[in-house]
Order: sequence, then structure tokens, then C-alpha cells
Amino acid sequence: MSQLHTVNKSPLERNALESAITHAVKGNALLMIEDGVYGAMQGTHKSAMVSDAMSDIAFYVMGPDLKARGIDEARIIDGIKIVDYSGFVALVAEYDVTQSWL
Amino acid sequence: MSETKKFLYVNRKAPYGTIYALEALEVVLIGAAFEQDVSLAFLDDGVYQITKGQDTKDLGMKNFSPTYKALGDYDVNKIYVEQESLDARGLTLDDLLPLTWEDEDDDWAEKDSIKVISATEMAKIMEQSDVVFSF
Repeated sequence: MSQLHTVNKSPLERNALESAITHAVKGNALLMIEDGVYGAMQGTHKSAMVSDAMSDIAFYVMGPDLKARGIDEARIIDGIKIVDYSGFVALVAEYDVTQSWL
Repeated sequence: MSETKKFLYVNRKAPYGTIYALEALEVVLIGAAFEQDVSLAFLDDGVYQITKGQDTKDLGMKNFSPTYKALGDYDVNKIYVEQESLDARGLTLDDLLPLTWEDEDDDWAEKDSIKVISATEMAKIMEQSDVVFSF
């Protein structure tokens, strides 16, 4: 079943993003929300892990959570798509199963 | 007049995802009324608390980041930020709020409150504190 993985923890504090990437398979999607959006930034110690996984996984990040944290869209890793709340709903509807990495 | 103690507030959490950052800020502001020697430390994800450009209106949450700018008015002007934590997150001093205070002993000159220091220096500041509050 095609899965959507959501991650809501900072990758520099917890391993939720790392574990989600490890367990996601080709064709899955991963949406970063809440503190998880720090994982979408360029130039962090975790950026390469995300870039490397992009060939298999489609990455999305919640725009309102970026904005709240003062993260400019220009500093998002290339290839990650920014979505709003209706985009979140559309992703949940599009994929068969949603798995939350807490 | 009781003896002045060195208070250190250690901030290690990102804002908004958990309540720690806001709670710490409130405790610092309450504590400022007691005229102690106060220092703030921002390390690990805590450095995200004082980044510029935060805008929470789409979340329906309070943006408390402007409140950090008021700390100088409460004589809270020793704000230590760990270099290694900034580096790990792709951040520099330019990404942080310009936190300042006015020095009454120097004709109210406006001075920077933030000092970016190494983890080794941070360890010394922790070691020299009489009271440590962790958030």
C-alpha cells in the first residue's frame, strides 16, 4: 500500500525523520509538519540525508509551520514541495495509509 | 538585601512544537523582578527560539519571539548562544533577533546582548552558575 509518512519532530533533537526515511519505500511520500519542518532546511547536519532520499521518496513540508518558525522558503532544500492545510488533506486522501512518526 | 546569585536559564527546545520555550520566557520575566544575576543560554534546538522572521498567524498561536527583545529592559542582557548548535542547523548570528540593552553606566549606549560562544565556554558558564533552570 502506498504510504504517506508524517514527521513532527526536529531531526536535530530526535531520530523520527531518520527512522521515517529508513523505513519509507520507493513511491512513498513524507510530509514534515510542526517541529519536523526544520528537516526541510538547507545547510543543516541532516540536509544531506533528506537530499539523498529524494530519488525514492516525495518530500513535502507545511508552509504555515515554516512561516511560524521564520524559515524563508528560499532556504528549503530543492525538490521539497511546500503545502498548506488543504494540501495536507489532499496528500492524506491520495495515499492509502498515513503513518505518523512521533 | 539578600545575597545575589548567578541564575542560568538553559533553553534547548524549539519554539511552538512544545510549550518549553514559552514557559522558559515567562519564568525569566518573572525572575527578573528579583534582581538576581541572570544569564540565558541557547543551545541545541533552543537556538531556533530566537531566530528572526517568526510569523504564527496561520497557526493561530501567539508569536512570542518579539518578547525576547524586551529582556534588555529587565536587565537580562547576558544571552549566550552556542556556536556548534548554530553550525549544525545552518544558522549564523545574522539569522538571530538583534537583542540589545542600554548601559546606564555608559550614557545609555545600546549594546548587543547576544554572545556566540563555543560549547567549551558554555560548559564554563554552566559550571559557574549557582542556580540552573532547564527547559
